[in-house]
Amino acid sequence: MIRSFGMIDIFYLLAAARWTIMLTVVAFLGASLVGITIAVFRVVPFWPLRWFAVGYIQVVQGTPLLVWLFGLYFGLSILGFPVNPWFAAAVAFSAYGGAFLGEIWRGALVSIAKTQWEAGASLGLSFFEQLRYVIVPQSVRVAIPPTVGFLVQLIKNTSLAATIGLVELTREGQLTSAATFRPFVVYLTVAALYFLMCFPLTQWSRSLERKLHGAR
Amino acid sequence: MALVELNHVTKRYGALTVLDDVSLSVQKGEIIAVIGRSGSGKSTMLRCINGLERIQGGDITVDGVRVNDPATNLRNLRQQVGIVFQSFNLFPHLSVAGNITLAPRVVKGKDPGMAREVALDVLRRVGLEDKIDAFPDELSGGQQQRVAIARSLAMDPQVMLFDEVTSALDPELTGEVIKVLEAMANKGMTMILVTHEIGFARRFGSRVVFMHQGRIWEEGAAAATLASPRTPELETFLNAVLH
Ligand SMILES: Nc1ncnc2c1ncn2[C@@H]1O[C@H](COP(=O)(O)OP(=O)(O)OP(=O)(O)O)[C@@H](O)[C@H]1O
Ligand SMILES: [Mg+2]
Repeated sequence: MIRSFGMIDIFYLLAAARWTIMLTVVAFLGASLVGITIAVFRVVPFWPLRWFAVGYIQVVQGTPLLVWLFGLYFGLSILGFPVNPWFAAAVAFSAYGGAFLGEIWRGALVSIAKTQWEAGASLGLSFFEQLRYVIVPQSVRVAIPPTVGFLVQLIKNTSLAATIGLVELTREGQLTSAATFRPFVVYLTVAALYFLMCFPLTQWSRSLERKLHGAR
Repeated sequence: MALVELNHVTKRYGALTVLDDVSLSVQKGEIIAVIGRSGSGKSTMLRCINGLERIQGGDITVDGVRVNDPATNLRNLRQQVGIVFQSFNLFPHLSVAGNITLAPRVVKGKDPGMAREVALDVLRRVGLEDKIDAFPDELSGGQQQRVAIARSLAMDPQVMLFDEVTSALDPELTGEVIKVLEAMANKGMTMILVTHEIGFARRFGSRVVFMHQGRIWEEGAAAATLASPRTPELETFLNAVLH
């Protein structure tokens, strides 16, 4: 049965966009937790942790996200641990995004001059106090633009979650397109919705960058 | 007992020996002027004293505590030893007050009100109490360096290390920093200064240490040593610096 593309479809697409946003938020929070850990491990003066973090980043960046999604979702079910697709997506995106954010944030941390660490150390601050009070506050401005860039990629990449059965924006677009047989209009709408989510972020990042550039 | 004691200290970077059997003993209240050519190991010696660099041989003690003992709490040690660098190294994201109160609050656990009192007190000593809420990039080089000195003083150290603290400054600004150093000297602070200000070394140094190729080549009472060097290396160095 072919029906026409109408208000109700736009409504469905909007509803699905909510899931895209939800997925992005969960993925970003998870990826941030992993990313902070990895970034700190990369700069800690204890080599086993540094090596672990390097290894983790290498492995994750050397494998497709789709493999992580399939592995977690289908792989675990076959092994007798059926998992909820939300859970699988959250873990996969956190693990995957964490490696990228970890690299981004490590870059921001090491962009701060070594003399700043030394000034902190000379005053008696411990490693973590140097990190917390001296290094991190200064590296935030360096980290913001690439972090927003990552977030924009993440919004688009959440469409991969459709492969394990989550009906987010792209998947809903597919379904609508199949039902209405109006792929052009449908995907144009889908694209516009993604754009509406990403565009404000890039604008916001630009203005922040300008503001922080002018400030100290 | 000496406040700072270096016993046969050796420091290497890979195959390069930067400190070669360095021994030095600094009594409370002494002012040691360390001079020497670029690369002779002056900065490295200071950095070893507060444990910023590890040493490969010998012993360093500050107030009887071994710096190079892995069991030593560097956090405690560094509260006894202040260091000021050539490039100030203020924290650019913090105000003058923020720079000065950070360690008293975080390391010593002072409450913000008390820490600010300390900041005001040390800023008065460097003549900058009106700049307490300025940010580092709003200050001249000389003012930044005085804030850096105040930041160290706020921890109430027993000994202060200065690494060419006037080298990055214009001559007019050098004067204001030297004045602060002189005031500290008059108050009896124990100081080890790497300096190219031979005049300052002569007037205020209790002793001069001349470093050459990672060794303490010559050492003695400031005025006498500078007036009549015993080694040709020091003579050559002084001629180069003074002319
Ligand atoms: N992190 C390092 N790695 C390798 N070599 C180093 C390092 N730091 C210093 N050196 C070397 O150690 C030697 C002594 O350096 P140091 O900075 O102590 O000299 P200095 O007397 O302070 O010289 P300057 O007057 O130029 O400041 C130099 O040959 C320098 O190249
Ligand atoms: Mg030096």
